[in-house]
Amino acid sequence: MPIQYYIFLALALFSIGVIGVLTRRNAIIVFMCIELMLNAVNLLLVAFSKMHHAEALTTVADTTIGIDAQLFVFFIMVVAAAEVAVGLAIIVMMFRNTHSVDVHFLNRLKN
Amino acid sequence: MSITEILFWFLSALALVGALMVVLSRNPVHSVLWLVATFFAISGHYILMNAQFLAIVNIIVYAGAIMVLFLFVIMLMNLNSEAEPRKSWMMQLAGVLAGGCFMMVLVSLVRQTAELGGKTALVKEGNIGLIKQLGMKLFSEYTVPFEISSVLFLSAMVGAVVIGKKD
Repeated sequence: MPIQYYIFLALALFSIGVIGVLTRRNAIIVFMCIELMLNAVNLLLVAFSKMHHAEALTTVADTTIGIDAQLFVFFIMVVAAAEVAVGLAIIVMMFRNTHSVDVHFLNRLKN
Repeated sequence: MSITEILFWFLSALALVGALMVVLSRNPVHSVLWLVATFFAISGHYILMNAQFLAIVNIIVYAGAIMVLFLFVIMLMNLNSEAEPRKSWMMQLAGVLAGGCFMMVLVSLVRQTAELGGKTALVKEGNIGLIKQLGMKLFSEYTVPFEISSVLFLSAMVGAVVIGKKD
């Protein structure tokens, strides 16, 4: 598949995530939109990995060029899992204190 | 139109519809379920590009563990009502405009990039996504980052327990 298709798909997913973060007030939905953006980036990394692999295959028959991007995706998933654990703990604590998950309640952090 | 292209367009449409429904659903539980559908579509894309390890890890970690954690938190707080306070009409319009402009700028940028012309992502072929290849690389060249990620997990676990502790 042409690489542009994957870039456009990942861009659309990322932009939907951005719009979700900007327009929703529920902290959990905002968090899910961040996960969506992470996944768009992962998809793009895998697509670029396969693009470089296709280029390298034309010169060398048995090459592993492009494998680093897939390991990078693996580490992004590791970091995302850790981030979700801490983030959901923060949301639970916020709900316990304010009985709401509305991000506008966090305005008081400004002062 | 080959079967690969049909699968590509079907999975892309599923991912985009799922992502839109995540943002548009009023009920948070529906949002979580649509996000699971999106993750399955993205896993399908990985399988299409023969990145089998990442496809399975994506399903197990994202669709399995993380989304169940989200569902658990939503049900723990009893948030599955539709009475969420909404942002004002102007703020929503501004958010959509900002996201749309962001996408338009990057799409036009990609469209006029000459270096990307004729480049293709290899689908159905190539063996770099197999578990054997990734494992060899991970445990030879990337051993130190792999071990450091275990420390990261430990600190995240301790952090989650400390933050969530009741006092």
